[in-house]
Amino acid sequence: MPAAEVVGALGTRFSATPYALGVELHATALLEAARALRDAHGYRYYVLASAIERKETIEVVHAVRHPDTHDTIFLKAALAKDALEIDSLAYVWSGAEWHEREVFDLFGVRFRGHPDLRRILMPDEYEGHPLRKDFPMDTPWGYRPAKTEPAP
Amino acid sequence: MADGTLPVLGQPSKPAGSLGLEDIAEEVVRFPGGGLALLHADTLFHWAQTSSLWPLTFGLACCAIEMMATFAGRYDLDRFGMILRPTPRQSDVMIIAGTVTIKMAPRIRTLYDQMAHPKWVISMGSCANSGDHYRNVYSVVPGVDHVIPVDVYVAGCPPTPEALMEGIFALQRKIMAGRTPGSADAGR
Amino acid sequence: MSAPIEVVEREFGELALNMGPQHPSTHGVLRLILHLSGETVVKADPSIGYLHRGVEKLSEHLAYDQLAPVYERDDYLAPTANSHAYCLAVEALGKIEVPPRGRWMRAFVAEWQRVSSHLVWLGTLGLDLGGALGGGTTLYMHCFREREKILDLLEELTGTRYHTNMNMIGGCRYDLDGAMAAKSVALSAEIARALPELHALAGDTGIFRERTEGVGVITKDLALSLGVTGPTLRASGFPTDIRTAAPYDAYPELRFEIPVRQAGDALARYQVRMDEIAISLRLVDAIVEGLPPGPLFSRKPIKNPKATKLPAGETYVAVESPRGELGFHLVSDGTAQPLRLKINAPSFANLQAVPHLLPGGLVADVVAILGSLDPVMGDVDR
Repeated sequence: MPAAEVVGALGTRFSATPYALGVELHATALLEAARALRDAHGYRYYVLASAIERKETIEVVHAVRHPDTHDTIFLKAALAKDALEIDSLAYVWSGAEWHEREVFDLFGVRFRGHPDLRRILMPDEYEGHPLRKDFPMDTPWGYRPAKTEPAP
Repeated sequence: MADGTLPVLGQPSKPAGSLGLEDIAEEVVRFPGGGLALLHADTLFHWAQTSSLWPLTFGLACCAIEMMATFAGRYDLDRFGMILRPTPRQSDVMIIAGTVTIKMAPRIRTLYDQMAHPKWVISMGSCANSGDHYRNVYSVVPGVDHVIPVDVYVAGCPPTPEALMEGIFALQRKIMAGRTPGSADAGR
Repeated sequence: MSAPIEVVEREFGELALNMGPQHPSTHGVLRLILHLSGETVVKADPSIGYLHRGVEKLSEHLAYDQLAPVYERDDYLAPTANSHAYCLAVEALGKIEVPPRGRWMRAFVAEWQRVSSHLVWLGTLGLDLGGALGGGTTLYMHCFREREKILDLLEELTGTRYHTNMNMIGGCRYDLDGAMAAKSVALSAEIARALPELHALAGDTGIFRERTEGVGVITKDLALSLGVTGPTLRASGFPTDIRTAAPYDAYPELRFEIPVRQAGDALARYQVRMDEIAISLRLVDAIVEGLPPGPLFSRKPIKNPKATKLPAGETYVAVESPRGELGFHLVSDGTAQPLRLKINAPSFANLQAVPHLLPGGLVADVVAILGSLDPVMGDVDR
């Protein structure tokens, strides 16, 4: 359970509702809340970013930690499936850069302001976002051996 | 062998995986200062290939660690003439150790094409054989034989070093018998 | 009379050099696109995903009991750490109690695999810095010689060398009897005796120190902002270890030191890991000594493993793998499969430091930095 006073502070400033691992916010409040967490409350250590697909929404999750107290707080923002855009936290914590690329690659969420948003795990020319629920499990891997000339 | 049978590798006093001249030649005459052996050219070439298979260091996943352990001190493969080479230009055999993904598959094909004939491929581990439990995943190629021709499949997840060595000996037997249909005779 | 030699000076621009994904020094299938100006690295762009096996997607389609061995193939140098974190996450969400002996046996295998993983790291670091034909193979052979003894012990305990399939939800599978406990104690003494030899081959040599001192310095601010973890974080001055910060299994009852260095360079990371080997060897002795009696797992034999359901909810549990914090973020919606399972891989976070560390250094420093970060590509790509 994250520190109660931090959750309370976020609740009052950004109208964030607490849940089991942290707070849920509106997508537009995420960047400001992240900056406040890092600067005012000292959560300078970045842990992870992920996304959870629900029926109507995709929830983007960032987890950050206070290096001294080891208190971990999750920031969650829900996005409608036809509007998958949210602010990037890559300039707040550098560690968010690759994690957000992964969420973009696997879920299709675009991060505004990300310095280099491109695929990270799948090939660059791949189409589709594999971790979406409508992406079937038995997708043919679609590889065709390249016809290569014997290299000189 | 000349009569088409597979040779028995190693006498009880010799380590498995090594063939002496007496095993492969039709006739051997030794005299002070030297010796004379009569054998088919193909047998001689196959014997040379068998005794100095140089593998390409190509580990992909967990099987790579078992391959490294096989090349380390206890299950030493250097005694069979196998020296790991980092470049495909200088290697004979490619041991695919690990899962083949769609991002990696074109590179595997390129590396295979860069190897000079004669060349062989050992598919090590269940992921390279058939994709293991990742068969149905969107990014995994279910078996490396979709990409390159394979000579020997070694089963296991991961195969123990003894299993990998047995796979290498099976490749040696295949080479000695002249039965390498996949890669070595292609292009002739 | 010959014409005077004309000397023309030309400036070459940047050379984009592709290192990998097949390269003996990239610790697996990592591709580094290096932009070089002479021997100096100007920019480094790591390209990962060559071992992406879609484990997180697979998690959504397999049952909870089936999944524990699947994760062992992620960080394949310390496989039980992955299944350990997974089982802890499922037990946290499902409120499943693990009996004390099960918890201590999990820690036993975890610590032995920490030693085994660090030995592989040291051996491959030797290959990277010394070259396969240039003397690094000596260190590699010595480390793997010690590691084979550990794998023998694990094979006797669990049946396989390293994908031990030890952890299951609710406990673990294999137990230690008196003879094996004595073997473990003897082995830890033997490896502790071999450690000075490894030091003499590695950190005590001048060339090793010159190649790693001051190379790849991760400052405190960079370490926090990037989220590096494990020995990499501890070498930059932070005494953070999940085993003490958020203890699990047997660790609340065990006393051990956390090695910390301030320099943040490759040499500091080397020293932290060497200290960790010694500490883990003492830890396995303490675990064997204090092993409580009792059952190994708490769930009765399950009639239909595919029908195990977890209550709806979300949890995040982490363990200290040899690379750092390995965490599982598990989201369940009450069905028999996870809704979403995200693996927070330590090597993913540590590898993010590469574009920050490589520029300004030489090409020769690239392998030193990569080796000291100790990435495992199965962990990075999942």
